[in-house]
Amino acid sequence: MKKEWPLWEVFIRSKSGLNHKHVGSLHATDAEMATENARDVYTRRNEGVSIWVVESKHITASDPDDSDPLFEPAKDKIYRHPTFYNVPDDVTHM
Amino acid sequence: MTDTSIKYLLQLADNALILGHRLGEWCGHAPEMELDIALTNIALDLTGQARNLYQRAAELEGQGKTEDDLAYLRDVWDFRNVLLVEQPNGDFAHTIVRQFLFDTYNYCLHQELAHSADEWVAGFAAKSLKEIAYHQRFSSEWVVRLGDGTEVSHAKMQAAIDDLWTYSGELTLPNEVEKQMASQGIGADLAKIKPAIDAKRAEVLATASLQGPTGTWMQSGGKDGRHSEHLGFILSEMQFLQRAYPGQEW
Repeated sequence: MKKEWPLWEVFIRSKSGLNHKHVGSLHATDAEMATENARDVYTRRNEGVSIWVVESKHITASDPDDSDPLFEPAKDKIYRHPTFYNVPDDVTHM
Repeated sequence: MTDTSIKYLLQLADNALILGHRLGEWCGHAPEMELDIALTNIALDLTGQARNLYQRAAELEGQGKTEDDLAYLRDVWDFRNVLLVEQPNGDFAHTIVRQFLFDTYNYCLHQELAHSADEWVAGFAAKSLKEIAYHQRFSSEWVVRLGDGTEVSHAKMQAAIDDLWTYSGELTLPNEVEKQMASQGIGADLAKIKPAIDAKRAEVLATASLQGPTGTWMQSGGKDGRHSEHLGFILSEMQFLQRAYPGQEW
């Protein structure tokens, strides 16, 4: 009998100041192992400075069938984009 | 730098190369995909360390040899690795215990070598220590996870410890080369680091509810070229290409 280890979602911060981004998933028996597996699977090519893992079952996702009511109304509200500001040259990661 | 220094570097290099090769044998066979990557990552760290050491040894020899000559064209009796690292992978418990016994030694060793009187050795050790710290963390956690896991995993781990313990003493039993290097401040004084290694092992094994055997007869000889039958088989596979097609590159 082969029991599958639980699935975990992995988030990596590529450098200080940036957000953690979802990079993929992996299997592990506990949070510690998930962190180490994430280190081995997703940061081998120098991709990160910080790792978050969360067991996939704890993620609540929106229903794709609801996309229209959820996202459609935002599409024609162009005025919500802050496009009228001048961003100084020294400000990065905007 | 003397002939003894070169021999010392080769001892370090051979340990890393042979253990790296053993771990590489798991590639595509590990119990989980994530472990497959973890074990081969460690294998690549060790192979990288071996390469640095062989390059340095070849440079000191000054006979125009390369790292490949040292890795692929020496025979069993020329290799100076400890018996532990050439032992077969066995089951996953054996691989983890072998790694744990080596990592606990290797970590303390490189901590000490980072203060070597030889600048190159100190630099190499400081760089490698970061990799080795992770190896030790990985193998220690697996010892705890499996030792303190199910009845079956506990039994397999205890069996692996009982099987491999006899090879754990050679690591801290200095040969002539190591004694000379330690006296010159280039190599590590193994008697000095032994208590820290023993303490780390005891701590992890206690957490894992595993027993380190006492009064075990300790095998030795690898450091002086007297190997178990396994090394010949490793070399015949590892060196095949260079022996059959000398000078081949890719």
